[in-house]
Amino acid sequence: MLRMESVTHQFPHRRSTVRALDNVSAEIPPGDFTAVVGPSGSGKSTLLLSLGGMLRPTSGAVYWNGDRVYDLAPNARARLRRKTVGFLFQTFNLVPYLTAEENVQVPLFLAGAAVSLQRSRARELLSRVGLGDRIDHKPSELSIGQQQRVALARVLSNDPQVILADEPTGNLDPKTGGEVISFLEELNREGRTIVMVTHDPRAAERATRRLVLEEGRIRE
Amino acid sequence: MRLTTLVSRELFERRRQLLTSFLAVFLGITAIVAIRNVTFFSEKAVARELDALGANVLILPKSVTVQDYFQADLHGAQIPEEYVTRLVLSDLQGLDNLSPKLSVPVEIQGHEVVLTGILPKAEFQAKAMWKGAGIFARPSGCGDVEGGGWLAPAPIQETLVRRRVVEDLAADEALVGADLAGLLGVVEGDTLQALGRGFRVIATLPETGTVDDARVFAHLHTVQELTASGSVVNAIEVVGCCSQISQGLVARINSLLPDAKVVTITQVVETQIRTNEMMARLSLIFLVIIVLVAGASIANYMYGNVDERRREIGTLMALGADSFLVVRVFLLKALVMGLAGGIGGALLGTALAVVLGPRLARVPVLPMPGLMLSAIGIAVVIALVASSLPARRAAGLDPHQTLQEI
Repeated sequence: MLRMESVTHQFPHRRSTVRALDNVSAEIPPGDFTAVVGPSGSGKSTLLLSLGGMLRPTSGAVYWNGDRVYDLAPNARARLRRKTVGFLFQTFNLVPYLTAEENVQVPLFLAGAAVSLQRSRARELLSRVGLGDRIDHKPSELSIGQQQRVALARVLSNDPQVILADEPTGNLDPKTGGEVISFLEELNREGRTIVMVTHDPRAAERATRRLVLEEGRIRE
Repeated sequence: MRLTTLVSRELFERRRQLLTSFLAVFLGITAIVAIRNVTFFSEKAVARELDALGANVLILPKSVTVQDYFQADLHGAQIPEEYVTRLVLSDLQGLDNLSPKLSVPVEIQGHEVVLTGILPKAEFQAKAMWKGAGIFARPSGCGDVEGGGWLAPAPIQETLVRRRVVEDLAADEALVGADLAGLLGVVEGDTLQALGRGFRVIATLPETGTVDDARVFAHLHTVQELTASGSVVNAIEVVGCCSQISQGLVARINSLLPDAKVVTITQVVETQIRTNEMMARLSLIFLVIIVLVAGASIANYMYGNVDERRREIGTLMALGADSFLVVRVFLLKALVMGLAGGIGGALLGTALAVVLGPRLARVPVLPMPGLMLSAIGIAVVIALVASSLPARRAAGLDPHQTLQEI
């Protein structure tokens, strides 16, 4: 279970202070598919990064299965992240000089998996997302939709229980975006917890729950 | 996927960007290896040439002025023979051979010639053994160039003359210079009369082109006895190891024998010292230049590389990479650059030295594996040190900031 307790995140901007999250508390039960929606600048991405152990809040606490994530040192959080969480980005963030297969291998490599396991797992996942014939292609040789599917395969490589997706359909056409949401639904049916930040009302409707953020506060 | 895969893929993908840094290391190492390689063999060659001149240090009475290096013993002044014992029993390094001389004019078969008393080496060795040390043990590498067979040792006949020392010489034996032997018509086994004593000629010496060709050499103690000179000599010729002369052998002999004058083939030694110092300074200057230029170039490239890869680093961190892994990514890249530049530079520098050394410095030059390894080590250290700060900067990036910059 993911839980945020009175999380506030503020940062200095020129001579003023910007409050990206304002005393946010939320619970995301295991197996939930939550869409975080709200206008630009409402703090959606900040909430996702805080939840993912990537951004220490100014105050408040974030819990993963009852443990305070930010009590851990940065490197310990990184190691915990590689086992527990998968990130899906709006711009895919594939490593440009690696092939599709190698990109999918990255989380396995970080986890210290054997090369043979990395290879077989990457090929299996790329086949699952329909890119079994594109394993040697670099990101620049793939379409936008194919790149996001490589990113999906990468998310799954370490078999994470939680997937945090930041605008996963933001750069995709409606048809490809729909396919990505279908994948996320499929992963949710497998029991994975999914938290998805989105501007796309159609994508948000397909989540099982919605959190609405406005000016850094949750409006249920 | 391995760490090496991640690094090599990125290196290959962005190879043009690191060309400048690679060239800085490569050319710097090339220059250092070439200069040091040629310098080393040049020093050896000069040392050998100096060594080949024979006695290169003279110990004379204080009052003597050296007009002719090869006739420095032809004067009336004397120094105690005991100086020889002091030298033999000292701990001075680099004394290769000693030859005390007492020269007197004598008449042989109606010709005015110089009879020179010399001390055979067997007597030095006996004295050295008192102290349990072999003063004549030649220091390793003293003027010798190993390998190649291009600089083979001099023939025994030549060495006999050059060394100024004979192994053994009995009280009634003599050696006759080449010109004098021709003039007197003597050969080995003949007997010469001098100072009222008969000397059996045990050898006629090969021609040297010096006044020695017109001399007769006999045992020092015999000459002292026949001339009633006592235990004195006119000069002590010393074959000093060239490198030791450079390192202050003359000054050390001076302090051991303060009442004597110690002279050396000054110009030759000074030229060698100046050349060695100049080459050493040149090597040092190049080393400083390579450290500054290559180090700055690599650091600049690495900082640029970190900035360029902020998004990639942030992504890796989001996927679970810790700071140690990020540091390793950049340091491994630096290691590859240092190794590539170092190995390439060491090979090219050695090739240039071997090919150009004989033409420019007129000395045979051989590859020096130790120098090559050191140069590669220097290149690697420069690359690693120059990349350490950029690597730490990469490891300290805030993944949240790098991802929000997208």
